[in-house]
Amino acid sequence: MKKETAKTLRAFLIELIIYAVLVVGYFFLVLHFLGESLYQLEIHHRYTYGGVAILLIIGQAVVLESVTTFLLRMLRGRSE
Amino acid sequence: MFFPISGSHISPIYLAVVGFFIGILGGFFGVGGSFIAGPALRAVGLDWNFAVGTDLAHIVGKSVVAAKRHRALGNVDLKLGLIMAFGTIGGAEVGAQLIQMLKRAGNVNLVVSIVSIVVYISISSFMIWESRKTLRSKKGGTVAPPTSAAAKKHDPSSFAHVTRSIQRWKLWPMIKLPASGVTISLWVILLVAFVGGLFSGFLGGGAGYVRMPSMVYVLGIPTHLAVGTDLFEIIISASYGTFTHAIKGNVDILIALVMHTGAAIGAQIGAISTQYFTGPKIRLAFVPLPLIGAAIVIYTLMTGHKL
Repeated sequence: MKKETAKTLRAFLIELIIYAVLVVGYFFLVLHFLGESLYQLEIHHRYTYGGVAILLIIGQAVVLESVTTFLLRMLRGRSE
Repeated sequence: MFFPISGSHISPIYLAVVGFFIGILGGFFGVGGSFIAGPALRAVGLDWNFAVGTDLAHIVGKSVVAAKRHRALGNVDLKLGLIMAFGTIGGAEVGAQLIQMLKRAGNVNLVVSIVSIVVYISISSFMIWESRKTLRSKKGGTVAPPTSAAAKKHDPSSFAHVTRSIQRWKLWPMIKLPASGVTISLWVILLVAFVGGLFSGFLGGGAGYVRMPSMVYVLGIPTHLAVGTDLFEIIISASYGTFTHAIKGNVDILIALVMHTGAAIGAQIGAISTQYFTGPKIRLAFVPLPLIGAAIVIYTLMTGHKL
């Protein structure tokens, strides 16, 4: 039981570290590179901006979920 | 960090941490968590219109993560979620129109505040009564956390007799929901979704605090499936809300993306945690959420300072 808990915590910590890297990646990549384009899009093409906003948030959700699920499977050796 | 779309300076760490806590609530209870996200965004100086629109965008992302995890656990009734999305969108539009009418009449704040306080307190009072009664009963108190799909369909409730009589209304067309183990009239499903949407449009946010309990008590959907299905339904209705707010210039997607980095972890933790609790215990733990919403509204009414 203790072994299982330790394994879960270890997997969770690794997941957190990977998330932190992704978060930092987003801060620099999305905000610096996409920030200005999205800002211009929001000013000039609101309908396109609305569609892009939804696609971006869903895309990020799918990617984050898939990456962490894959990592958890690798780290814990079973699906969750 | 500067967010050019809303013209605001907000710490990204703050956004990720707020997203994380709201993600846990969303994954566990199937709610959007706007009653916390809205004030949290306002607290760092984001305008009210941006707080509402941006929160909706973040809810979409968080719900995708949580719904995917719930789907893997067998907690999502896709057919029910799709049907409900129609009713929710219709209700949200009517709710938004009601707000416009009240704005023209000049008493929108007082009416919305009083309605929301009454609704929040009524939901909490009813759920605390029902879940405690169920947990004290022989049937509810001895049930172990469900591990299989069949076990999830067995969700004792002290209100089940009323739910069964609603399910007996043979109002054509009847909809069979094999995933939830329920057969019920389409009109009842649409009505429940419409009322949830109405509160969403009228009071703001995703209105999961109304829809999740209604799915359990009115439609008879087992609690675990109600949480997962509500999240799936929120993806559709919040996407619609995000789009309509975006074209009105109320969405800062950059803030939503940063918030979502925290919410994605929280939503998974919340979704996985539901495995370790029975339906009545999840419902009992849900009770403080509407009360927090009521406390925020009462504070706003008394101080005049909108959180």
